[in-house]
Amino acid sequence: MSLLVIAEHDNAALKAVTLNTVAAAQKIGGEIHVLVAGSGCAAVAAAAAKIAGVSKVKLADAAHYADQTAENLAALVQANAAGYSHILAAATGGGKNLLPRVAALLDVAQISEITAVESPDTFVRPTYAGNAMATVKSADAVKVITVRSTGFDPVAAEGGSAAVEAVAAAADLGLAKMTGREITKSARPELGAAKVIVSGGRGMGSGENYHKLLEPLADKLNAALGASRAAVDAGFVPNDYQVGQTGKIVAPQLYFAIGISGAIQHLAGMKDSKVIVAINKDEDAPIFQVADYGLVADLFQAVPELIAELG
Amino acid sequence: MKILVPVKRVVDYNVKVRVKADGTGVDLANVKMSMNPFDEIAIEEAVRLREAGIAKEVIAVSCGVAACQETLRTAMAIGADRSILVESDVDLQPLAVAKLIKAVAAKEQPQIVIFGKQAIDDDANQTGQMFAALMGWPQATFASKVVVSGDTASVTREIDGGAETLEFKLPMVITTDLRLNEPRYATLPNIMKAKKKQLDVLKPADLGVDVTPRLTTLKVSEPPKRGAGIKVADVKDLVAKLKNEAKVI
Repeated sequence: MSLLVIAEHDNAALKAVTLNTVAAAQKIGGEIHVLVAGSGCAAVAAAAAKIAGVSKVKLADAAHYADQTAENLAALVQANAAGYSHILAAATGGGKNLLPRVAALLDVAQISEITAVESPDTFVRPTYAGNAMATVKSADAVKVITVRSTGFDPVAAEGGSAAVEAVAAAADLGLAKMTGREITKSARPELGAAKVIVSGGRGMGSGENYHKLLEPLADKLNAALGASRAAVDAGFVPNDYQVGQTGKIVAPQLYFAIGISGAIQHLAGMKDSKVIVAINKDEDAPIFQVADYGLVADLFQAVPELIAELG
Repeated sequence: MKILVPVKRVVDYNVKVRVKADGTGVDLANVKMSMNPFDEIAIEEAVRLREAGIAKEVIAVSCGVAACQETLRTAMAIGADRSILVESDVDLQPLAVAKLIKAVAAKEQPQIVIFGKQAIDDDANQTGQMFAALMGWPQATFASKVVVSGDTASVTREIDGGAETLEFKLPMVITTDLRLNEPRYATLPNIMKAKKKQLDVLKPADLGVDVTPRLTTLKVSEPPKRGAGIKVADVKDLVAKLKNEAKVI
């Protein structure tokens, strides 16, 4: 049995989330191949070849994979799908865009955002914003799966020595043309990879307050900044800050929920964090039911105090 | 041009669902059902495109039980011109729905099909992408801005860490993200008007689509519970506990 893992990368570097996807593939069992599709991405393929447990890297290097558009990538995966029992990708923005298209081209179901592997055809996945965990069995010949990274500890990035094999690019379908990409520039760690996350909710009151209070705190802790859906809906911060079922699923060592009431949809995105701290003036806020350390206080006083106390 | 908008009837987003004691699913008896929130955004976007003179007709389509007619009436109250129900009591999974929508699209010939990015019940986030694959159309998923001009559309999409803008040639698929728009409330006069709008009912067999489920749910269970911790007295206490007890700073 062979499994194909789609590498997540930006043409320059392999994204760490690929290591969690490989870990899920290992749980299923079998020979693990990694597909690296991009443009000028030999360094990514070299990094993928070093991942512990990977036995082959397939490299498709062509200009029309530079932007990682789903239309071209799905056609490539389809062309390379023969012989694989499982095709996996991380449940990131990229993976969620790509993999259902692959599944439909192969006329199979997709199993979304698995958090555990029960057997090669049976998986656990969250539904209803994480309020119900469904164990599902696939009847399809090929299992197309997106993997929620917080469900699987990453494999080692080093230790493997897989061969890199070039594969032919599929035709450029010319269905989508990139005209601009704006990556939020930040010296802070990415939400998905941060050890500490500072998140603010509707209680921040405004975008101005959010930045004025939380940025210095995040700086002190070398933390990523996050937000609840309420804060995003209120326009305090952009959507890519959102932690929750409809945003990013995170599991840092330390998570600060500040002015966040703890709606189910937010909890679904952060409840696997190792230590959760909640600061909220409403002592009945549901966030306190999951917080390891709860502080009932006015955040406008508590946050500056906290910054001062951290020195 | 026509815009087709698939909508799904789901448990209302304000309802806290309960897993049934026998582990066969979640308890849906007497639970409020509504249109999937992302699909409301999709209807709103389509109606705005019609109001801007870009689209001529907005058609809502739903696949599921007879009660989905209510969801379609809501879509027409927001502004869809007419609607189609593909009625089935089978558990319709994303691939089956994508195939049903493909069959409907073959009849209606829309230039744009706008899906919600994900339904808040099964959280699959698949149907729009699958439909695009079956049609061989481009897909602009997780859209936060849509500008249609002539036979092209420029769509800004939410991606990890930012946004990107792509240009597509119609026909195409769009799936909506939260910030695309804020759906209007259906007013009472519009709710009344929606009752008189056309609603056609089809069966999967009429469309020649096999909707047999590919995935079987073996069991549904509660997620592992995380216990409440302690309340700290003040900021000093908090920092001391994080340093000495949790050892995370």
